[in-house]
Amino acid sequence: MGVELLTIALGAILVNNFIFSQFLGICPFMGVSKSTDTASGMGLAVTFVMGLASAVCWPINHFILEPNGLVFMQTIVYILVIASLVQFIEMFLQKSMPSLYTALGVYLPLITTNCAVLGVVLQNTQNSYGFVSSVVYGVTGGLGFLLAIYLFAAVREKLEFAEVPKSFEGFPIALVTAGLLALSFMGFSGLKIFG
Amino acid sequence: MTKVIFCVAILAIMGAVFGMILAFAAKVFAVEKDPREEAIGGCLPGANCGGCGFPGCAGYAAAVAAGKAPVNACAAGGEAVAAQIAEIMGVAAGATVKHIAAVHCSGCGVNYTKYNYQGVHDCLAASRLPGGGPLGCDFGCLGMGTCEKVCPFDAIHVKNGVAVVDEDKCKACNKCVDACPRHIIALEPYKTKKHVEIPCSSKAKGPVVTKVCTNGCIGCSLCAKACPKEAITVENFLAKIDYDKCIGCGICAQKCPRHLITVDGVVPEIKKPAAPAAPKAAPAAASKAESAPAAQAEETPKAE
Repeated sequence: MGVELLTIALGAILVNNFIFSQFLGICPFMGVSKSTDTASGMGLAVTFVMGLASAVCWPINHFILEPNGLVFMQTIVYILVIASLVQFIEMFLQKSMPSLYTALGVYLPLITTNCAVLGVVLQNTQNSYGFVSSVVYGVTGGLGFLLAIYLFAAVREKLEFAEVPKSFEGFPIALVTAGLLALSFMGFSGLKIFG
Repeated sequence: MTKVIFCVAILAIMGAVFGMILAFAAKVFAVEKDPREEAIGGCLPGANCGGCGFPGCAGYAAAVAAGKAPVNACAAGGEAVAAQIAEIMGVAAGATVKHIAAVHCSGCGVNYTKYNYQGVHDCLAASRLPGGGPLGCDFGCLGMGTCEKVCPFDAIHVKNGVAVVDEDKCKACNKCVDACPRHIIALEPYKTKKHVEIPCSSKAKGPVVTKVCTNGCIGCSLCAKACPKEAITVENFLAKIDYDKCIGCGICAQKCPRHLITVDGVVPEIKKPAAPAAPKAAPAAASKAESAPAAQAEETPKAE
């Protein structure tokens, strides 16, 4: 069990990194990666929501959709669940943990429509993970997102001072950087630790 | 067909359940907010410049609603916004003095460089090099636009090697003041007319300044002596204006041997008015001198 979970975790963080291998959640990845502060805030918020979404969606899939043969409705149901979940978390945090609420700030509602969150719950179903495996995959997938966006933001901070050719200034050079980072993450694709 | 209805029903039920949970949660987790806070936030400019000293416009609105901040602290919004907030809060606004950022360097030192700088085009980077950057003057504007980059209002630009503030756009948010590694930008009360300015930050002694700049302040104190209101003080070989006392007469600008002091952004013509004035004054004095003995001469016989 432990080994299996470790494999899932390493796979989600490095090998099947949500951004660099699966190209999910690119919108916040490009949008809020101008500084490492906002990037880490966004990454943590995504990790938080991904873990919770996995935990909530598993019982819904297992106890409502599967017994009734409604697995084909996964996507729409998950969207519904994630959207309400994020709303709920936002209200809950605002009341009970205002400091965390202000720290996450605008990133929390932004995640509502983040495809990486939908992606992680859909993959949980596809891989027929159990409850624990689902949550682990969700959290570590979020950590992979955090790693990716933090690395990217750090590079972009340095890029601010680089002399970039006029036609590449701004967004184009950021896209080129993202492509190179994705290329480097391909190095993990053959990684097999436990056979 | 039944399957379709079943699907719709399941989805509708789930939607209704989530909706009810959210509605319930909204009641349970409702955070009591001062309605005035939202109203204040509505009339603020929303630039989040931080000039008021609070984290963003929302932070300032919360502080005002809680009574912890004055209603007229928004530099960007000025008097109009202060009046609106005062109305919401039900207090008197009080007058706000418009401030603008002023760059205390005239930029004449750009022609005097210590070495050829090839690095990153940024004042922060340049200022960490040996000698505090390539500029000959140790106090002047490096002209690489760090202030330009931080300005949220597009109000400061580097022109001919020195940062120049656009007085209409500047909202006195303090960002450039904090960003400048040379600390040559400061907020000053702004007058639309007769605004006297000493654009220099050099605390070096006179001979040093003359070597690295064409018009930097040498601390000669002529302006301080000339000022009828004693508004200028010289400290560390640098003249400074106290704007509470300054009446904008411009006498100091006339006296400055370095032609540094500006009135309304320009150095007033000094030599030309002074040159004709001197001959005029001389004959006048001469005629007075002539008339005086004549008068005496006239008087003397009478006395006799």
